[in-house]
Amino acid sequence: MFRLADRVTAWLLLLPALALLAAFTHWPALATLWHSVMSTPKKGRPARFVGLDNYRGMVEDEVFWQALWNNLIFAAGTIPLSIALAISMALWVNGRIAGRGFLRLAYFTPTVLPMIAVANIWLFFYTPQYGLLEQITHGLGLPSHNWLGDKHTVLGAMIVVAIWKEAGFFMIFYLAALQGISPSLAEAAALEGASRWQYFRRVLFPLLMPTTLFVLINALINSVRMVDHIFVMTRGGPDNASTLLLYYIYQVGFSFWDSGYAAALTVVVLILLGGVALFQFGFLERRTHYR
Amino acid sequence: MKRALFPIALAAAMLALALPAAAQKVTEVNFYYPVAVGGPVTKTIDQMAADFGKENPDIKVNPIYSGTYQESIVKALTAVKSGKPPQLAVLLSTDMFSLIDEEAIVPIDDIANSADDRKWLDGFYKSFMMNSRTGGKTWGIPFQRSTIVLYWNKEAFKEAGLDPEKGPANWDQMVEFAKKLTKTDASGNVTQWGVKIPSSGFPYWLFQGLTTPNDAILMNEAGTETYFDKPGVIEALQYWVDLSAKHKVMPGGVIEWGTTPKDFFEKKAAMIWTTTGNLTNIRSNAGFPFGVAMLPAKKHPGSPTGGGNFYIFAKTTPAEQAAALKFAKWATAPQRAAQWSIATGYVAVTPAAWDTAEMKKYAQDVPQALVARDQLQYSVAELSTHDNQRVTTALNNGLQAALTGSKSPADAMRDSQREATRLLKDFKK
Repeated sequence: MFRLADRVTAWLLLLPALALLAAFTHWPALATLWHSVMSTPKKGRPARFVGLDNYRGMVEDEVFWQALWNNLIFAAGTIPLSIALAISMALWVNGRIAGRGFLRLAYFTPTVLPMIAVANIWLFFYTPQYGLLEQITHGLGLPSHNWLGDKHTVLGAMIVVAIWKEAGFFMIFYLAALQGISPSLAEAAALEGASRWQYFRRVLFPLLMPTTLFVLINALINSVRMVDHIFVMTRGGPDNASTLLLYYIYQVGFSFWDSGYAAALTVVVLILLGGVALFQFGFLERRTHYR
Repeated sequence: MKRALFPIALAAAMLALALPAAAQKVTEVNFYYPVAVGGPVTKTIDQMAADFGKENPDIKVNPIYSGTYQESIVKALTAVKSGKPPQLAVLLSTDMFSLIDEEAIVPIDDIANSADDRKWLDGFYKSFMMNSRTGGKTWGIPFQRSTIVLYWNKEAFKEAGLDPEKGPANWDQMVEFAKKLTKTDASGNVTQWGVKIPSSGFPYWLFQGLTTPNDAILMNEAGTETYFDKPGVIEALQYWVDLSAKHKVMPGGVIEWGTTPKDFFEKKAAMIWTTTGNLTNIRSNAGFPFGVAMLPAKKHPGSPTGGGNFYIFAKTTPAEQAAALKFAKWATAPQRAAQWSIATGYVAVTPAAWDTAEMKKYAQDVPQALVARDQLQYSVAELSTHDNQRVTTALNNGLQAALTGSKSPADAMRDSQREATRLLKDFKK
């Protein structure tokens, strides 16, 4: 049993954080839920309760389904590749090689750049005819291609940008984890005659699992949150081929000024992300080995 | 301690005395403006505000750079919704219906009601007023207005055996010229395209440069109906698609608006379509002589107007609205409009501005600037309807679908029209 004074102190200590969370996270989430069942106020027509109309509209909204589908492809493209790349880069710069500091810095640079700057750099890479990519393919005698102007390649081009931006960031976590692993494990494995692949597969990778879980969650959040480059590079085009969910929400909310529908879309994203988080913490965590 | 406190107390007392006095005398006008073309626009605007302040010490104009056009309307409408609108803003002329529907702006003729004011409002080019008036009221004042023109590389024309002094006059000629201007290297890659009509971001605007000469209009004046699936419109889109699909004189897929002028400097495109607002940019960056022509004709010449208007915001005091109007009037006076046009490349908005000595000299030095003015008589309003962003997005999606080959022009336009009809049904009375 705590004394009353202790309890008051505890609540008082929690209060600042609680107030901030409530004001900037929980209250807006609830307000969004409320807005999502209201119509958008227009001239002479104040907002009124419409129940699930906004959600029903979503079922028929082709752009929403395309954005959802694009986002799934975007996540499936960025997450495994950026994690694999991060691990390989971390393994490499963890070894004793010349110019290690420089390499680490080089890999980390994309992370410190703001996404808008990254997008502008890549805009130049992808520019038809005289962009960097074109100069290389042209040198190799390959045909010219309009990467951002083609429905079939634009999303792939976006995925590459995201991987380039993210892999270095994840590498830092893996690097930290690798440095915490005792070298005696490697020696023991070598004594047992394990190949380097076996050592990685059976020893290193399981030990890195907590990091992988953390990185996975971050990568997943980023695959929904990262849309800045869409604004700079494609604005969702051509014909919505590169529209991601968050970009679509922005468009509906701040170009179309349809606040009710934008709120409904936000709620759906909230539920999707909540579901994924539940799965990760509930299921994956049990299968993750913490020391 | 005492000594340290005294000056602070004195300063506070002086401030307390000075503030109310200042508030009574000076009317502040917060002025949002976007930058959509190259060049030192911010500096020019700041200078204008300072000059205006010198002549009108009772008004203080605070220019606030608000990003692109798209970002500017977001900022302005967010400010309106939070109850602190700017007094004055330059926003796209096509945002008129959206601003009216949000009850964000006031009709200009409610404030500008003297005989002198009315004369001023009638002094603008008619084609610029098309996007500024609806329902018998004036809602916007033309300021940084533009239109689409064709720029051509005279050197490339000479190399291709064409008359370097003549741009293509009509659609067939543009294809014919472009075929001669398209160059390929040994391995079959195109090194110079005949023509580039950009199609990223706002393809509907450039598309109007094709529909207008074909006698097709895209919407009614009330902004409640669109005509995307009319035969003339589909024919115009077919021509655009054919430039790359059939004639192979334009790259396939979507062409980026932002890099098109650079493609021109880099000699990757011999002819480009872009805004007159890029004239100053191209003049200072093109390393070769270039020409400016009206958009090629089909049944007749034609182009949409574009660019931004001044809007005066609701939920501000009458004194502030009057001050905002005074600045807008000052900024569009012949002398000012001429200077603004010369600094940016935008089309001077009144015939009177073209009669100033400064403008006449400029037109002599840069005869290309006259093309935009001469094209005005054939110009139509830029696509603008109620729920404007959504309706234009519906058209943009259709255009990009056709240009990337995923739908036929007819199917794409039918889909866009169906979507637009659905969006506009609530606005029809």
